[in-house]
Amino acid sequence: MATEVLPQRRGWTLHRPTATTGVWSWITTVDHKRIGILYGVTAFVMFLAGGVEALLLRVQLATPENNFISAETYNQLFTMHGTTMIFLVIMPLSAAFFNYFLPLQIGARDVAFPRLNAFSYWVFLAGGIFMYTSFFLGGAPNGGWFGYAPLNTEGGVLDVVRTHNMDFWVLGLIILGIASTVSAVNLLVTIINMRAPGMTFMRMPVFTWMTFVVQFLLVFALPIITVALFELLFDRLFGTNFFNVLNGGDPVLWQHLFWLFGHPEVYILILPAMGIVSEILPVFSRKPLFGYAVVVFSGIAIGFMGWGVWAHHMFAVGLGPVANSAFALSTMFIAVPTGVKIFNWLATMWGGDLRFKTPMLFAIGFVAMFTIGGLSGVTHAIVPHDTQQTDTYYIVAHFHYVLFGGAIFGLFGGAYFWWPKITGKLLNERIGKANFWLMFLGFNLTFAPFHILGLEGMARRTHTYPEGMGWDFWNMVSTVGAFLIAVSVAVFMWNVMRTRTKGEVAGDDPWDGRSLEWSISSPPPAHNFDEIPEVHEVDDFWHKKYAEDEHGRLAPAVAGGAGYGPSEAHAGGHGDGEHGGHEAIHMPSPSYYPAFTAIGFPLLAWGLIFSPALIVIGAAILLGGLYGWALEPSAE
Amino acid sequence: MLLALVLLLFTACTESAPQSTLEPEGPVARQQDDLFRPVFWIATAVFVFVEGLILLIVVKFRHREGRDAIPTQVHGNKRLELLWTIIPTVILAGIAVPTIGAIFNLSREPDPATRLDVTIIAHQWWWEVEYPEERVITANEIHIPTGRPVYFRLESRNQGAEIPVIHSFWVPKLGGKQDVVPGRIVHLTYEAEQPGTYLGQCAEFCGISHAYMRLRMIAHTPEDFEAWLENEGSRAATPDSGLAQRGFELFQSFPGGSCMACHAINGLDGAAARIGPDLTHFGSRETFAGAIADLTPEELRRWLDDPASVKPGAKMPDYGLSDEEIEALVAYLLSLE
Repeated sequence: MATEVLPQRRGWTLHRPTATTGVWSWITTVDHKRIGILYGVTAFVMFLAGGVEALLLRVQLATPENNFISAETYNQLFTMHGTTMIFLVIMPLSAAFFNYFLPLQIGARDVAFPRLNAFSYWVFLAGGIFMYTSFFLGGAPNGGWFGYAPLNTEGGVLDVVRTHNMDFWVLGLIILGIASTVSAVNLLVTIINMRAPGMTFMRMPVFTWMTFVVQFLLVFALPIITVALFELLFDRLFGTNFFNVLNGGDPVLWQHLFWLFGHPEVYILILPAMGIVSEILPVFSRKPLFGYAVVVFSGIAIGFMGWGVWAHHMFAVGLGPVANSAFALSTMFIAVPTGVKIFNWLATMWGGDLRFKTPMLFAIGFVAMFTIGGLSGVTHAIVPHDTQQTDTYYIVAHFHYVLFGGAIFGLFGGAYFWWPKITGKLLNERIGKANFWLMFLGFNLTFAPFHILGLEGMARRTHTYPEGMGWDFWNMVSTVGAFLIAVSVAVFMWNVMRTRTKGEVAGDDPWDGRSLEWSISSPPPAHNFDEIPEVHEVDDFWHKKYAEDEHGRLAPAVAGGAGYGPSEAHAGGHGDGEHGGHEAIHMPSPSYYPAFTAIGFPLLAWGLIFSPALIVIGAAILLGGLYGWALEPSAE
Repeated sequence: MLLALVLLLFTACTESAPQSTLEPEGPVARQQDDLFRPVFWIATAVFVFVEGLILLIVVKFRHREGRDAIPTQVHGNKRLELLWTIIPTVILAGIAVPTIGAIFNLSREPDPATRLDVTIIAHQWWWEVEYPEERVITANEIHIPTGRPVYFRLESRNQGAEIPVIHSFWVPKLGGKQDVVPGRIVHLTYEAEQPGTYLGQCAEFCGISHAYMRLRMIAHTPEDFEAWLENEGSRAATPDSGLAQRGFELFQSFPGGSCMACHAINGLDGAAARIGPDLTHFGSRETFAGAIADLTPEELRRWLDDPASVKPGAKMPDYGLSDEEIEALVAYLLSLE
């Protein structure tokens, strides 16, 4: 493989790779679609890791006073479960869809900065690998995904015993933050500048819109957590006193910074899934999205209001009645735009011709489950009673209904929906339905009991609980449910494997889709569009296929009206896109440097923990990579 | 889901859940519960409405064989959308008013003339309890009188250079939790109506033995409480014979250390350290080690033999005491009633 890649020696550093197949082609790719696939596969592997961690936690909690794993192991696993699912699963799975479909939906040939896009992925992968090496280098992070100081300055240089668990967490999140920030800037520029002619903002698909909102949230939220992380890092590595009360530091500072990032982060996790659901429901209802503008603006409203609710994570801290009242109000009223979205989705289905394909099941599951998470969320705003709920399993129930019943259901729906576009083959419907129902059942069995456990006083983050508290039964039910979820994920993997060999060929537009990605071949050619489409309205591709009269009745458009421009000729049977004279379309060349440069970050981080020599090597790679990047020729 | 919610109410009434938030036993917890219940029912109504609507839509508008006509293309309806913006807003405003009233109501300090002041100092991983006026110090088991507001002053401290961490003080049947933030002094009011034992625990993740930082609130009638307080305020008895006397000597000095380096006993000269729990009336407690172990000779033996095996991360070292020494110390400690 490598032999065909190695260039004639002519100054290796200033040469661009040419491999189009094999491992090197993936390492050097700058194609947004391939990067999207890399994100998706990596995030799915991390999903399995986070899932195994969850199963171990559930086994430990299945019975009272269980000794399946130790307190220390339990603390490492729940910390890594939360950190993994948020930063290494839901964010990159969303990024997989952003990368693959955002350019397709706006009619672009790639993102604005293709090499930077690859760089984001490799930095993300490096950060994930770095964090997981902690298991082999002294122990995984054990202080919770929320990393509260001053607990997490324990084991720092000021402590009696130096431990590195939370060093991995802090440095890992800093690296992942770099990946997300770079990617967010890239996608913002892409959306603002690279829309096809006629694709005004209010003609963009809702998934693209939600992507747009999320990138803004990322750009503004990540600097806040980064500041907090550096403060914690300095406390740990250099003995500063940002959070050490003995020397005048303030633990509440961490909480404000963390949640000022942490709450927008919740919307960073859920808005992409809302966007996906807003794509799926219209297609399988065969109706346009009800109140497009309202859905878009409620997404924006959620994005804005998400900045004003952070202290609802801190109602038990003692901020005083005025602050608590203010944040209670903002927390209640952020439910309004969320509720509006739910009713608009229902109205989209109302009067439709509903086809319950697997993506549709996941989308409806999303609406049903997210509603429960939203309602329990409103009860958290009742501050006096929130002091009973906070840090109990009631909260754990709430956010799993939002992030699993919401985000994960939405992302699985997206996977089933777009799988045929990405691979050219349809995932099996019967297995898909089994996958959905097993997951739906397992999910509710796992997380519904948490409501009861929480209200009956079971505190979170406890590695065990005594007998006689009335918690035994529901804990056992929950553990059974968790294994059912594991079965459903195995069914999904079976479906994927089976589809590789026996999958039904999808064709360009298997669902009778509405947005531009369905107008091109499956999988799309490297250059996406033979000719950049010109857009005239929302759901432009749909309206190419169907004409609508003034009463909203549809009829198929005049024969041959589908498709865009000259590609009709190509659809007429003149070979595939590779040979249709498209060599003239200039696509960015692959590059070694994004992946190479990314290697520098984990080396720097390991160096900060273990050895200054590694810092030097990491810095040299980073610097060398950036120079090579800047100096490499624009094309081979 | 619906089933789960019904079961929620069902279990709340039947199963014994000593730490349940759903069975308030004092005015603070009751006021919080009174706020939650109507909101819970409103949420249930919305839940039934939305999920019912989903089921209705799924049945009514499902694709039927042989139907090929594309449904009418409805793009939106301003009036409807306005309606489902305004109705939730009104409902939420209705919830907001009593919520804010209760926030301010519950933040009021109880009358200093009638309340009992108790100071709680959270450590990793146990609670030090101090009755400042009565000059009584105990641990993990907090005795209070019924019918009288108890005003807790909460602090977090660790020993020496150890940086104190955040804990959260919580007895669900008496009220919601209050985080104990190092460097700040915060307050919380609880009141019990009936004598009894109310379970609680630390609710903020505070390290390896977070699950083992439990506590008990023991409410007495005012007379019983006074009697308890009087006993607690008395000096510890000094055993003058037998195994307990041997334990008394070991307590002051055993090969390799002294219990007095960390533990105080009122009535024993030189035992005034406040690193570990005060042991003056240790023998009268129900539990020890963060209220996780019953105070029995077996449990106490296990603890003295290797504290960290009972409670991971316990700050008390394993002194390698011999069985004979452990027996003597157990006899002495249990004699401290």
